[in-house]
Amino acid sequence: MKMELGTWDAAGNAPAAQPAESRPLAIEARGLVKRFDGFTAVDGVDLSVPEGAIYGVLGPNGAGKTTTLRMLLGIIDPDEGYRRVLGSLRPHDVAHAIGYLPEERGLYPAMKAYEAIAFVGALRGLPLAEGRRRGRALLEEHGLGFAADRQIRQLSKGMAQQVQILGCLVHEPRLVVFDEPFSGLDAINQGKLEKMMRGLAARGTTVIFSTHVIAHAERLCDGIAIIAGGKVPFAGPVDLARDRIPAQVRLETRAADGAWRAALPADARHDRKLDGTSFWYFPLPETGIEPLLRALIEGEAGIHSLSIERAGLHDAFVAIAGEAAARALEENPEEEQRR
Amino acid sequence: MSGPVKGRLSTLQAALVVARRDFAAVLLSRAFVFFLLGPLFMLGVTIMATGVGQSVERSVSRPVLGVALPRADTAALEEAQRRLDPQIGDTLPALITVDRRPGTDPEHLLRANAGRASAVLTGSLARPVLTGPAELIADWRGPVAVLAAEAQSAAPRAYPEVGLSPTAVAADPVDRVGRMRTAQSGQTLLFLLTMLLAGMVLSNLVEEKANKIIEVLAAAIPMDALFLGKLFAMLAVSFVGIAVWGGVGGAIMLAGGRSLAELTVPAVGWPLFIGLGVIYFAMAYLLLGSVFLTIGSMASTVREVQTLSMPVTMLQLLVFFFASFAMSNPGSPLERAATLVPFSSPYAMLARAAEEPDLGQHLLAIGWQVLWVALFIRFGARLFRTRVMKSGPAGARRKRWFTRAAA
Repeated sequence: MKMELGTWDAAGNAPAAQPAESRPLAIEARGLVKRFDGFTAVDGVDLSVPEGAIYGVLGPNGAGKTTTLRMLLGIIDPDEGYRRVLGSLRPHDVAHAIGYLPEERGLYPAMKAYEAIAFVGALRGLPLAEGRRRGRALLEEHGLGFAADRQIRQLSKGMAQQVQILGCLVHEPRLVVFDEPFSGLDAINQGKLEKMMRGLAARGTTVIFSTHVIAHAERLCDGIAIIAGGKVPFAGPVDLARDRIPAQVRLETRAADGAWRAALPADARHDRKLDGTSFWYFPLPETGIEPLLRALIEGEAGIHSLSIERAGLHDAFVAIAGEAAARALEENPEEEQRR
Repeated sequence: MSGPVKGRLSTLQAALVVARRDFAAVLLSRAFVFFLLGPLFMLGVTIMATGVGQSVERSVSRPVLGVALPRADTAALEEAQRRLDPQIGDTLPALITVDRRPGTDPEHLLRANAGRASAVLTGSLARPVLTGPAELIADWRGPVAVLAAEAQSAAPRAYPEVGLSPTAVAADPVDRVGRMRTAQSGQTLLFLLTMLLAGMVLSNLVEEKANKIIEVLAAAIPMDALFLGKLFAMLAVSFVGIAVWGGVGGAIMLAGGRSLAELTVPAVGWPLFIGLGVIYFAMAYLLLGSVFLTIGSMASTVREVQTLSMPVTMLQLLVFFFASFAMSNPGSPLERAATLVPFSSPYAMLARAAEEPDLGQHLLAIGWQVLWVALFIRFGARLFRTRVMKSGPAGARRKRWFTRAAA
């Protein structure tokens, strides 16, 4: 059994090799609504997560991410709508094929690390003896073999979190749900976790995770759901989210003025460096770049450089969810620093 | 085995995973030693107290002989008993005067006394006649002859011939009283064990909530399985405790020359009575435990659990007193109600096992109690899911408000 999380054996990863749109759905949710004491925490969420995808649920704290994931897992039932997880309308019926890392991490403090992994596996139907064997193997492969016989209370917070992550995977689930998996991890372990998630997807496991850090979603995800105020204004491929904003043109010219300026969009932003070089920023015109290039060359603007940049996910998030949601997303400076 | 898991766990399988973890966690904790030791101190004190009270109890429980002799003979007989009591008091029956009128039918006297006297002595000191159940009067023949001889002379040379007149009394009043005492003992033991052990369940979910493990459990298994697993684990822990206490207590009793033989044999016999006792303990534990678990699951801290424990203890006492009171009126509507009310049913049915030989009623009662355990667990799990497992912005808002207030 090879279970090195960063380099999962990709053999048999047919689902991941197929285009996302042609794969069956691991998760399908329609019109999920959840109210607490009259407050609508989740308001009509739709999600479609293809098998083998890495899918991010992106939103600020309190947006409804955790509540959505808990509904998907069957921890709480939606007040309206339905969810179909791995083909079942009742998530507990497929609990043996799901791994879950909750936002609030928790293990029995008196349990030894390998036993904690085995116990989580046993809850999912893995025989205890096999779970213990796999638990030791997983810890060994992830450089935590020395801690296998240590009690959870004797481990650092980060190590305990790694043990819990391994517990999510010990029964080799088809779907893994991580709620804010990067919080509490240092930069090195965040990198390891990203690698592990890619490895899972490569072997066909569907990974869905919530985060309020855009960089993680941008680096990892095939698809995202942007959630704000309990609603999902966007759900789909990351590229589609970026395409909501036109690509940005970055132009560097020797001349600052001339007849060619009439070819630039009226809202083009202009910066001038001390050496006289000019920088221009503007959205890619609907007519494309060729007419503009021709005008610049004919007008002798003196092109030093020209690049077309696709919008980042952050800009897309601002455009889709609004400035307020984007500000709320960045409220946690500690997380931003680590990303 | 390698590869993914093939299928989901059933509720019972999931419950056993939880139970195994909890059972091992409790048994391997240092606190479990103190848990075992605590009641042993109580047991020691109880046994010593029982030893002190033994002589008092013996005189109270001594069988009674109704005396229907002339006044002078009765007085002489009572005086003889006072003299002999220090030497052979254990073998002599207690005496009560039932009638002094000559020619009264002894069987009528026996019936009129409704069980206070187990036999009646008529005739004279020179020719006494014992009337009562055949076995009993045969046993009393010797002691009565000694008493009569002592009553006639301080230094008797011959013992009078005691005439025997057996009656056709179907039920032995001593046996009825004895069985009731056995029932009472069984009920009290059942109550003490349940009270001692069921309270442990109250704080059982606090650990999971405090350590945030509850989310992992709730995502993997149905809440019913979690509740059932917790109850099974604590029941198993209780059985370990009972085995230890029973073993030590039994050894102390045997060393002190006491045994179950001091109690009247229950109607269903000792082996079945003990078996039913174990089953009814399990049912009483599961019934009360499922309610306690639900109540405890609403608490977030150990302090809250401690606050809850007082009303819970009162509830247990109420159930016990109800069952005890009902037992003193066998066949009454109250006693029937006690067998039907889920919480008192195990106590009432154990009392019945001591008093009535019919076994079919126990199967029905156990089925009835299992049904209520299932209902309580289902209700508790549902309540826990709706009241405790919810999360979201409401909580977050409260937290922010508190933070602001603290600032």
